[in-house]
Amino acid sequence: MTFDQILFYCLAAIAIISALMVITRRNPVHSAMFLITTLFSVAGIYLQLHAEFLAAVQVIVYVGGIMVLFLFVIMLVNLEVVSTERRFNKQWIIALIASAVLLVEFGYVIVRGGKSSLLPPVTGPAQDLTRKNSEQIGLMLYQNYMLPFEIASLLLLVAIIGAVILAKRRLASDK
Amino acid sequence: MSEFSSFLLGTTIKCIVVIAVLIGAVAYTTWLERKVVAHLQIRWGPSRVGWHGLLQPIADVLKLLLKEDMTPGQASKFLYVLAPLIAFVPAALSITVIPFGNVAHFGSQTVRFQITDLNVGILFIFAVTSVGVYGVALGGWASNNKYSLMGGLRSSAQMISYELSLGLSVVSVLLVTGTLSLGQIVDLQGGRWFGIIPKWNIFVFPLFISFFTYFVSAIAETNRLPFDLPEAENELVAGFHTEYSSMKFGMFFLTEYINMITVSAIATTLFFGGWHGPTFGPLWLRGILPLFWFVSKIVAFLLFYIWTRGTLPRFRYDQLMAFGWKFLVPLSLANVVLTSLVVAWRA
Amino acid sequence: MPKNYIPILMFMALGCLFPLVTLALLRLIRPSDPHKAKLSPYECGVDPVYQPRERYTVRYYIVAILFVVFDVETVFLFPWAIRYDVLGLFGLMEMLVFLGILVVGFIWLWKQGALEWV
Repeated sequence: MTFDQILFYCLAAIAIISALMVITRRNPVHSAMFLITTLFSVAGIYLQLHAEFLAAVQVIVYVGGIMVLFLFVIMLVNLEVVSTERRFNKQWIIALIASAVLLVEFGYVIVRGGKSSLLPPVTGPAQDLTRKNSEQIGLMLYQNYMLPFEIASLLLLVAIIGAVILAKRRLASDK
Repeated sequence: MSEFSSFLLGTTIKCIVVIAVLIGAVAYTTWLERKVVAHLQIRWGPSRVGWHGLLQPIADVLKLLLKEDMTPGQASKFLYVLAPLIAFVPAALSITVIPFGNVAHFGSQTVRFQITDLNVGILFIFAVTSVGVYGVALGGWASNNKYSLMGGLRSSAQMISYELSLGLSVVSVLLVTGTLSLGQIVDLQGGRWFGIIPKWNIFVFPLFISFFTYFVSAIAETNRLPFDLPEAENELVAGFHTEYSSMKFGMFFLTEYINMITVSAIATTLFFGGWHGPTFGPLWLRGILPLFWFVSKIVAFLLFYIWTRGTLPRFRYDQLMAFGWKFLVPLSLANVVLTSLVVAWRA
Repeated sequence: MPKNYIPILMFMALGCLFPLVTLALLRLIRPSDPHKAKLSPYECGVDPVYQPRERYTVRYYIVAILFVVFDVETVFLFPWAIRYDVLGLFGLMEMLVFLGILVVGFIWLWKQGALEWV
């Protein structure tokens, strides 16, 4: 086994184990910490694929932004009450169906896709492509995928509006 | 010795030297701060231990190390111990991608004064900075003390708010330089215009605005006065580290000063030409001088930090959030547009 | 793993090792005398009356979610900025539309008072 392979299996193991810890911990703050660990190891796997930009963005947006939001939300709820409540509510049937569908979908893709779902090894001039990873992403995103990029701004706008409207109701009830 | 093992050995030496120098620098930054603030306020400052109090930091470190290390009974033990570590490691990590000096030759040895140059250097720094929030938030939460929790919450909200303008002000620099690698950004700032003005980014037209927004948000990001709300001692005792003592408190302390140093180093690298400066003399001196210029620029920034601390009063929390969101974010966003227009017009 | 990330791993390991080793070593020489009063939460000497982990104001939640939105926006700016020389005026127009939509949102939430910290 090469150094890269050992590293990959370590990262993958950490990702899976901490993902399991996320759903088994009783304390939501501990769950959040394990989720962060998972996100970090996935970022590490991106790095192994020479996707430096993606790895950095994974940490900046997920660990630095979304998980801080999670932590704040956890601090907004009353932990003493939550830890005594039952952790499975009525949504579990829907959740089970949804994850079963997802599992079947993944299985189908892997079985039908076979070898074609494996990435070809990076050789020759393509290695230059990975070296200038962020530059390539810039060109692709702003030349070939212009429309999705502009739609992303609309999505962000919706997020702003949704957050403010939800919070306004809370603020009004606080007063 | 194979190439790879000599690379490993060289890097280990570099890392140990950098960590040791950082910790020494932190110790003497505290001395500098106490001395300068004292003189600003017409006092003597440390003057008993050693000549002009120069041994004071060492005495302080010994005192910190030998104090009783308590874990409060009501704390979440694991996170309580983990939090200082989460704060310290990312703070120190951003120094790894910053070039301290040019490639130097000592006899047959070639030394590169940078631990590693990444293609995504700046993004790496942002990634690492954004992790620093957790040290503060978790430290406050795990202590299970009202002051700590309030301090931690306030502090993390402040840090994420000012991270926005921090990121936006760097975008303008990238528009001019066109690369994320800090090594290349410094290389681009070599040389002079008309033989006099150094080609530093600060002298490229709209970038002084981004330097302003960068540095102000960086002061807030490092929780220093006038933005030291998290530990506003007249409201929150000591903020998120109220329950910390001994070495664990020392780690938070270390983190704050390392953050000051790295922020100054990044400002130097992005706007003030990094290690560039006049070089002369024999080959070994040419290797050392860039290091000297780099350190001098950092010390200048640190003095500015201390000067603001000695001069300005603290913000109120609502003023602080308003300043970040209503002034710095729009300003740095407008600056991005302005810079892109200027760059397009020049091309 | 690209080779220039190995030094970062090493620095991280050494950075973790340093405080852990100091903590462990100093445990041998420093005093340890915990008792009840010392271990109780610091509240200026008064016994705490209620738990600190209460619910906090929704303001923190607003700040965090707005941060996520604008953080994503900043991340979009980075690859655009470093390839601005190639993208040129077309890229500029594209980014102005993108920023324009978000600025409308920003002005709206400002008007709504979401940025007020009361």
